[in-house]
Amino acid sequence: MPVMKDKELRIVGFLCNWCSYGGADTAGVARAEQPTDLRIIRVPCSGRVDPLFIVKALLSGADGVLVSGCHPRDCHYSSGNFYARRRLEVLKHFLPALGIDNARFEYTWVSASEGQRWQQVVTAFTRRIHTLGAAPGFEDAPLLMKTADMAPAPLRPLGTGKNAPLESLKQAIKEKLPDLACVIGWKQGYDDAHTTPLFAKKPEDVDELVWGPLNAANLAVYLPLFKGKKVGIVVKGCDSRSVVELLQENLVAREDVTIFALPCEGTLDMGRVNEKLGRYNVVGGIAHGATNITITTDGQEHDFSMAEYAQNKCRGCTEPEAVLSDVRMGDSPLVQGEAPVPQELALLDAMNLDERRSFWRTQMERCLRCYACRNACPMCVCRDYCISDSRDPHWMTQEAGVTQKLFFQTIHALHLAGRCTGCGECQRACPVGIPILGLRQHIARTVGELFDNYRAGIDPAAVPPLLGYEVEERNIREREWK
Amino acid sequence: MSAIRFATPDGLPAFLARLSENSRILAPAVKPAGKRSVIFEDWHEGMPVILEKATVPPKDAVLPQCETLFTYKKSKNPDNREDVALCLENRAEARPTVIFACRPCDARGFAVLDRPYLKGPFADPYYKAKRANLTVITITCASGCNTCFCHWVGGGPSSPEGSDILMTEIDGGFVLQSMTEAGEKLLESAGLDDGREVFAKAEAARKTAWASLASAPAIKTAPQCIAALFDNEQFWQEHTEACLSCGACTYFCPTCYCFNITDEGDAFDEKGGRRLRSWDNCMSSLFTREASGHNPRTQKALRMRNRIAHKFSTYPENWGAFSCNGCGRCISGCPVCLDIRAVVLNAIAAAASEA
Repeated sequence: MPVMKDKELRIVGFLCNWCSYGGADTAGVARAEQPTDLRIIRVPCSGRVDPLFIVKALLSGADGVLVSGCHPRDCHYSSGNFYARRRLEVLKHFLPALGIDNARFEYTWVSASEGQRWQQVVTAFTRRIHTLGAAPGFEDAPLLMKTADMAPAPLRPLGTGKNAPLESLKQAIKEKLPDLACVIGWKQGYDDAHTTPLFAKKPEDVDELVWGPLNAANLAVYLPLFKGKKVGIVVKGCDSRSVVELLQENLVAREDVTIFALPCEGTLDMGRVNEKLGRYNVVGGIAHGATNITITTDGQEHDFSMAEYAQNKCRGCTEPEAVLSDVRMGDSPLVQGEAPVPQELALLDAMNLDERRSFWRTQMERCLRCYACRNACPMCVCRDYCISDSRDPHWMTQEAGVTQKLFFQTIHALHLAGRCTGCGECQRACPVGIPILGLRQHIARTVGELFDNYRAGIDPAAVPPLLGYEVEERNIREREWK
Repeated sequence: MSAIRFATPDGLPAFLARLSENSRILAPAVKPAGKRSVIFEDWHEGMPVILEKATVPPKDAVLPQCETLFTYKKSKNPDNREDVALCLENRAEARPTVIFACRPCDARGFAVLDRPYLKGPFADPYYKAKRANLTVITITCASGCNTCFCHWVGGGPSSPEGSDILMTEIDGGFVLQSMTEAGEKLLESAGLDDGREVFAKAEAARKTAWASLASAPAIKTAPQCIAALFDNEQFWQEHTEACLSCGACTYFCPTCYCFNITDEGDAFDEKGGRRLRSWDNCMSSLFTREASGHNPRTQKALRMRNRIAHKFSTYPENWGAFSCNGCGRCISGCPVCLDIRAVVLNAIAAAASEA
């Protein structure tokens, strides 16, 4: 996009064909004087504007992006701009999490007859972008390595599931098994200290089921693969929210899934556990205490107290029990207190925009683009048809730069807006430990703030907020142009 | 006669600094995070010397995650717009590189990559240039590891294949032994003390490491057994159920070498177009999707079959060695703890029971 050097900046405008594009035309016909920085892309409706258009423009070097559509209640397609309003407002809140000043993005409403308003909007926005100056990039941001703190004390006692009624659960699964294609659970993995998913089809498979703090994986990721078949799934509290979200989006049918639940006492942060275990030849044994497990490797005992080694999400967990289940056993734990700000999010909150750009550059450099984050995500149901793999439309290049990698994270995070239950599988699956969960947590917080404390995956009947709209939004205010 | 030198832990930074005068040094660096990782990075003075096994092998030195093969520009003749000139610029570049402190399995990875890239009917010029400029300093492992199985597949904690210099930790320092001419040349000008006196200690340490390994099962018949199971879809499905198809296993595998070629940018743009070669992985559905839209490997089970068969059956048929070095990263790094060893052993057992 050529610009007049030193005079113009790169500003991209996405304008609705029916209103704002006409409004710009009206301004032009009226010979209204306007700045020349804006490059207009005409779209059929502001509802057509994928928030990723805006992020891609900003990451590709745009200094500002303006979206303009028909006034609310005046959409040519009756409701396109209502959807746009929600999405764009979420994006407006999200951009700072990446380290992008959200003043560089604005959305507004201009009708075809409002030539004068268009002149005002484009002049004010261009002036604003010139005040901000050229957008700083990511590739050359100074390096900044920071790590999240450990979460504060848990909201409920953490344990090892030692006294959970596992045998009764196995019995219940065996009773239901004849009607099910399989029941998904956990079994021992390559050694005693690691678990791997179990797909029990025969009663003897069920005997392999394990329960405890090693069951970190969220098995809901497998459910959509069984679409049309009746399956059972064993869930922790957090996993159950993923199942509910899948039900909310009709990705799994309620009658096809049988949910088996035990109250969760927390799971271990296997990244830190493996770090402490270090290199070892064999696991000699594993002992479950009430609040700690002891793993013996090569004759040496390693003690892991749940209080210290539980995943951060488990400490802030307010739903240790499944929010929806068919077979439920065990005693309900007492949860006290409010969920704290998640640690990865707190880390982002503590940084300014420059630091965040530096932070993401530093983190993203080691990304392998393996997309384990995507494939481990129970909500990433596009599977083999992810837009990041598409060559046409060409969302992403194959280049290994941090901008591309960060853009992929943005794709994932924005596609999960209002859908992410915060299970943290993306981050757990990352082989190089990039704290990407913070981006999802950031959006989840925004969604809660904008849409009446909405939390994904709690109520199977609830409509995810970005799949709906209100004619009068309670928490979204139109911004004034001056 | 190989060169044998001795370095104290405090002497290593000076050794690296000396090497870095003429070469880029890739050395392990710790990336702190909730889940900490160790990544090979350009080393410069002041960086700590890390000797841990890296989370990701240094394969990037010869097969970058993404490399520009060449750039192309098209320009129109202003007098005749039909007349388009094409300008190609070769971007093959290689600078002298020393990999410091990779493990024997990582070094053997280069030997696996060399065969298809250099020893086939055509040598890959990009790979060849980087490989010819590469010197590999390997630190031998002091012990086995629960996910490692190098000795199953022809390697070991002090296997020299692919390494120019083997470095072994002993009391008070490290013995560096050259395994190739390049390694010898490097050591002779490295300014390190003579190590012949303490070499026996290094040999003893290597023996101890070997002795610490659990006995390896015989997997010599794996190529035939896996080939025999080719049509047994049920076997592959059972062993792939938990797989997320993410392909992380292939990206941190020292021997996986498949790539994708794409053109990015516009030939008429002032920056020109770029032909890129980037890592690809057989666990992705796109890997085999054809231009017609047909995809011969839509099921993840068949993709897993391809990965296992390539490592333990087809590559050995073509090149006479497994294309798996037993580094175990695909086990320890798998988000769902899939175990490639179990698949291979089960395949051998299944083929036996089928026959």
